[in-house]
Amino acid sequence: MQMSLVIDANKCTGCLQCEMACSYEGEGVFNPTKSRIKIFPFHDEGIFVPYTCTQCDEAWCMHACPVEAIVINKATGAKEIVNDLCVGCKVCTIACPFGTVNYNADSGKVIKCDLCGGDPECAKACPTDAITYQDANWTGYDKMKDYAAKAVPAS
Amino acid sequence: MKHVIIGAGPSGVVAAEQIRKLNTKASITIIGDEPEAPYSRMAIPYHLIGDIEEKGTHLRHAKGHFKTLNIDVRNARVEAVDSTNKTVSLNNGADVSYDKLLIASGSRPNAPSIPGIDQAGVHSCWTLEDARAIAALAKPGAKVIQIGAGFIACIILEALARRDVDLTVVEMEDRMVPRMMDNVAGNMIQDWCVEKNINVFSNGQVMEIVKVDGDHTFKVKVKTPTGETELDADLVISATGVSPCVDFLADSGIEIDTGIIINKNMETNVPDIYASGDVAQGKDFCTGEYAVQAIQPTATEHGVIVAQNMVGRKGAECGGTINMNVLDTMGLISCSFGLWQGVEGGESSTLVEKDKWRYINLQFEDDVLVGGTAIGMTQHIGVMRGLIQSETSLGKWKDRLLENPLQIMDAYLASTHTAAIR
Ligand SMILES: Cc1cc2nc3c(=O)[nH]c(=O)nc-3n(C[C@H](O)[C@H](O)[C@H](O)COP(=O)(O)OP(=O)(O)OC[C@H]3O[C@@H](n4cnc5c(N)ncnc54)[C@H](O)[C@@H]3O)c2cc1C
Ligand code: SF4
Ligand code: SF4
Repeated sequence: MQMSLVIDANKCTGCLQCEMACSYEGEGVFNPTKSRIKIFPFHDEGIFVPYTCTQCDEAWCMHACPVEAIVINKATGAKEIVNDLCVGCKVCTIACPFGTVNYNADSGKVIKCDLCGGDPECAKACPTDAITYQDANWTGYDKMKDYAAKAVPAS
Repeated sequence: MKHVIIGAGPSGVVAAEQIRKLNTKASITIIGDEPEAPYSRMAIPYHLIGDIEEKGTHLRHAKGHFKTLNIDVRNARVEAVDSTNKTVSLNNGADVSYDKLLIASGSRPNAPSIPGIDQAGVHSCWTLEDARAIAALAKPGAKVIQIGAGFIACIILEALARRDVDLTVVEMEDRMVPRMMDNVAGNMIQDWCVEKNINVFSNGQVMEIVKVDGDHTFKVKVKTPTGETELDADLVISATGVSPCVDFLADSGIEIDTGIIINKNMETNVPDIYASGDVAQGKDFCTGEYAVQAIQPTATEHGVIVAQNMVGRKGAECGGTINMNVLDTMGLISCSFGLWQGVEGGESSTLVEKDKWRYINLQFEDDVLVGGTAIGMTQHIGVMRGLIQSETSLGKWKDRLLENPLQIMDAYLASTHTAAIR
């Protein structure tokens, strides 16, 4: 059964626990700027939008990579960066139409959500269930996919 | 069903793998003329820098990858295509028959007509073989002259600079990366290069390359707006653009303009013959016209779509690819998307911060983003592509972007994700 991150912006209070947990898991530091999941605050509207890679089926990032440094984790379905192979060309960062692969100048490589190998820290850290890790058949996943489809019509 | 693919670059390899994914039984043959394992040209600069070994440029790394997928990769050059008998003839005398043929032969560097361009010590930077020649000559302190400062040229420039050579760049046009960056951005990149001790002659022209005896191999005559000068060089790199590899298609009946003309299904005017990647003149999403884009993302996206068409999947149309580039010029990161030059009657939004080496320019048609340029921005830049390709109506967010283009990510989220902030 494929699981996926399901995000409900209405439940997010902007506490940034997910960013802290993610940066610690991914980069070994508690530093939101190093997080692969980002909270975007809309202060005027009083809304916080958690945002990360949906592990989309098209996997634009993966196909564009010139050196096979993005691979599918067969167990989780996540598209993962292979650090040893990544040359830091950044082509994936422009190919992903959702803007969810980012260049990290410190390492000279890119970073993106890898679902923490199947036990995502962000979901565990979220106190309000704005981020949950669920069976992908749940309708919320389709909703996320709808967003994705809306953002980019299949070409 | 026999699928034959000409060219073992990213487009041909992605196409072959996708065909296999869709059809476990089809026969798949890739014919490539370079004596290497299938590799990515794009990775060559990182090899020149020394970040990766030669095998780090390979498209696939697992041992026996193609064998496991039952994809036959052959090293030969296709010399002609006979569409009546459905065969291609190879330089080793063999003929290979096909049911579906994909031409993914890529492009090759233009040779500028400069006296002295054809000699050892003057090289393109296009193949692994070129890279070996360049690596042998681009030693620390060597004097290197690069002709051209386009996109690919700038990537090579970064690699050369990191090899500690004494580098001079000569560009015919008035700024660096003229076909990827607007005036402000091109000049910002040029200023940055000059600060990093690279000599840049824009509006310059290399007139002649003369081999000499002495400390350096060449005297290179350069015309600049202020007069003519003569520069020493140990290595000259020619990077003045590329053209599709179509020489072997004379008499094939395949229609060629700038590149091979393909339709929405990526088929040429000759049935059962398809084209993809650098060699193909496919639909540009933004202009609606057919153009050769010659970029990696287009080569691989073509590969995915052409495979679906070759196995006969209905409705697998290419709605058009987006011209886009990202460039790292010694730490200054720039990118451009779509119609970054803007459109007639459109509006634009600009922020220039020269002291911070930051720049962003967005181009709109009505309330839809159609193009963009950014320097010094690396986070979430892909959403520019997303907004352009989804033709998302930005509504009130367009006005906010006109005030502050840095809010692009907020505008993206608001317009595509959450009704409450629209
Ligand atoms: C130094 C460098 C840096 C680059 N950096 C970037 C970048 O940062 N971003 C980006 O988007 N793009 C970049 N590019 C461009 C990118 O590499 C190309 O767009 C991409 O390789 C195109 O893939 P392709 O499969 O269409 O063609 P190619 O990679 O050119 O592959 C085609 C293959 O077909 C072979 N072939 C040709 N004719 C025949 C024949 N008759 N018979 C058999 N085989 C044949 C060729 O020799 C070649 O091996 C760069 C290119 C270079 C050289
Ligand atoms: S990074 Fe982007 S392209 Fe890659 S899997 Fe995630 S959403 Fe898809
Ligand atoms: S930056 Fe790394 S992962 Fe992304 S396309 Fe380049 S090599 Fe692949």
